[in-house]
Amino acid sequence: MSSHCLFSIEGVSFAYTGPLVLDDINLVLPPGKFYGIVGPNGCGKTTFLDLLTGCKKPHSGTIRFQDNPLSSYDKRELARQLALVPQEFDTGFGFTVEEIVLMGRHPHIDRFSSPAEKDWQAVDHAMAAIGIEELRDRYTNTLSGGQKQRVVVARALAQDTPVLFFDEATSSLDIKYTLQIFNLARNLVYNEGRTVIAVIHNLNLAAAYCDFLIFMKDGRLQQYGPTPETMTAENISEAFDVQAQVTIDPYNQAHHVSFQYFK
Amino acid sequence: MLRHSDKKFFLLTLVLAVCTGLAIIVSTGMGYMTISAEGILRVIGAHLLGNPSLVEGLEKTVPYVVMDVRLPRILTAALVGAGLAMSGVIYQGILLNPLADPYTLGISSGAAFGASLALLANVTLFGHFSTPLFAFVGAILTLLTVMRLSTFNGQISAQTLILSGVIVGAILSAGISFLKYLADEQVAIIIFWLMGSFASSTWKGVMLVGCAALFGAIVALFYGRDLNIMSLGRRSSDSLGVDTAKVRKILLLTASLVTAVCVAVTGIIGFIGLIVPHLMRYLVGPDNRKLLPASAFAGAILLLLADTVTRAVLPVEVPIGVLTALIGGPFFCVIFRQKQKGRSYE
Repeated sequence: MSSHCLFSIEGVSFAYTGPLVLDDINLVLPPGKFYGIVGPNGCGKTTFLDLLTGCKKPHSGTIRFQDNPLSSYDKRELARQLALVPQEFDTGFGFTVEEIVLMGRHPHIDRFSSPAEKDWQAVDHAMAAIGIEELRDRYTNTLSGGQKQRVVVARALAQDTPVLFFDEATSSLDIKYTLQIFNLARNLVYNEGRTVIAVIHNLNLAAAYCDFLIFMKDGRLQQYGPTPETMTAENISEAFDVQAQVTIDPYNQAHHVSFQYFK
Repeated sequence: MLRHSDKKFFLLTLVLAVCTGLAIIVSTGMGYMTISAEGILRVIGAHLLGNPSLVEGLEKTVPYVVMDVRLPRILTAALVGAGLAMSGVIYQGILLNPLADPYTLGISSGAAFGASLALLANVTLFGHFSTPLFAFVGAILTLLTVMRLSTFNGQISAQTLILSGVIVGAILSAGISFLKYLADEQVAIIIFWLMGSFASSTWKGVMLVGCAALFGAIVALFYGRDLNIMSLGRRSSDSLGVDTAKVRKILLLTASLVTAVCVAVTGIIGFIGLIVPHLMRYLVGPDNRKLLPASAFAGAILLLLADTVTRAVLPVEVPIGVLTALIGGPFFCVIFRQKQKGRSYE
């Protein structure tokens, strides 16, 4: 079912009111890979994800998803293909954790049907994978920031889509759960052939987990390519304006970025 | 799979439905002339079944009092209560704000402005429907203005929606004051209508509000699950397969239509749309599919009780809008305080 190209983005620009937030992005993303989007604050990463998930529409250019224009899919259809773990999490009016995770099944359940056995299985499976079963009946508004974030990851897993987007999904997690979620995402890519597209601030995590990196700056695509070729001191310096050195870490054999402190 | 919370919900809805029925019958019996429940049921039965023999043995005035005087008013009160409560649920769900209701959006002020204009100009173009029609047009124009004001890049922002509503509502309130100033001798009509009243209810009004409330309930239940998911915020709801922009527009239009019809028929009645969803959320939780029916019944009971108090218990008939504000306001303060103190749904 996977065509040779999952997303093909041609000449895409976007502006809110004023200057362009995204400027002439051209990119082709094959399926079955772990993509990392890196770049300084306000460079348009989240807006770019919004365009890929269909939440916003580009002002010019086209985005094709599996060879069809993204805009030709209806929201429900798209939600069976793409899941998003957003940066912020509104708790609304205090649903329980189970109810929130079950919302991930929304695109799979007909309007007037109750959740079927397979929907509950997907919910149980997702909660077990993230290890939040004991939070099942808790109200989400009583959870800590990190717990909420894990609930949202579980919801995206329950959605059971071939493509997952993570927008800074581990920003409020401690190292244990950060690694848990990154390992989980990696397994989804390597064992199940899914695609993960993640906005990542921690360059060392990006270097360790991603197959391909997308460097963004000022709304433009600065660099795109396999991690070993793109995670370089020059690219980091150009994107973030900091001095860095990239080495192979002898402990975990991953690319390691060290920064020049106390300049 | 019927779970514990579902059983509790079905039981509660059943209790509320039965209470609504009881409240209608009991309040019909109350008033200047006391009528027994049996008499009321016989009159209603005679009309529904088309069997005049059922009213034999009753006083001649009883069928008239029940069918032409009391029931239109009582059913209007119940239906308006249900309609306002459902509108409240929808507005609160969409605006992600438990304090939102038709007033925050300026819809009621818009309807009131339209109706005041009709009353002042003494428009009789459409007969008895002139005032309701003007109110409806006022409400819809206000909604469109507010939505237009808060739309940026083709998207409505929930925060700007409230802000726009408050601004437009303030302008319209000033407009109403100006109309009152111009009205001179007719000012009493406008003021009394603004304060809300069921005294002049008719079967036509019952039908109008009934259709609007039923329509509102069907649309809102149809999008109930979407409304739940929309409480997660636009980015999440979009990615979960909800066409947020579309559903939001449909639900806002529906709730405003119901509100407009309610205001047109009875004037401004506050706090029902605010308090009832709040109370019911306490009992059935945040799920809008449960909240809507529960709130509809509770709203019907509450407004009916309030109207019965002013009609049959108090020595003078107090305008219903004043009564709901006087009872509802302090009540709301209490809930609000408790909500902040203890553990609660929010």
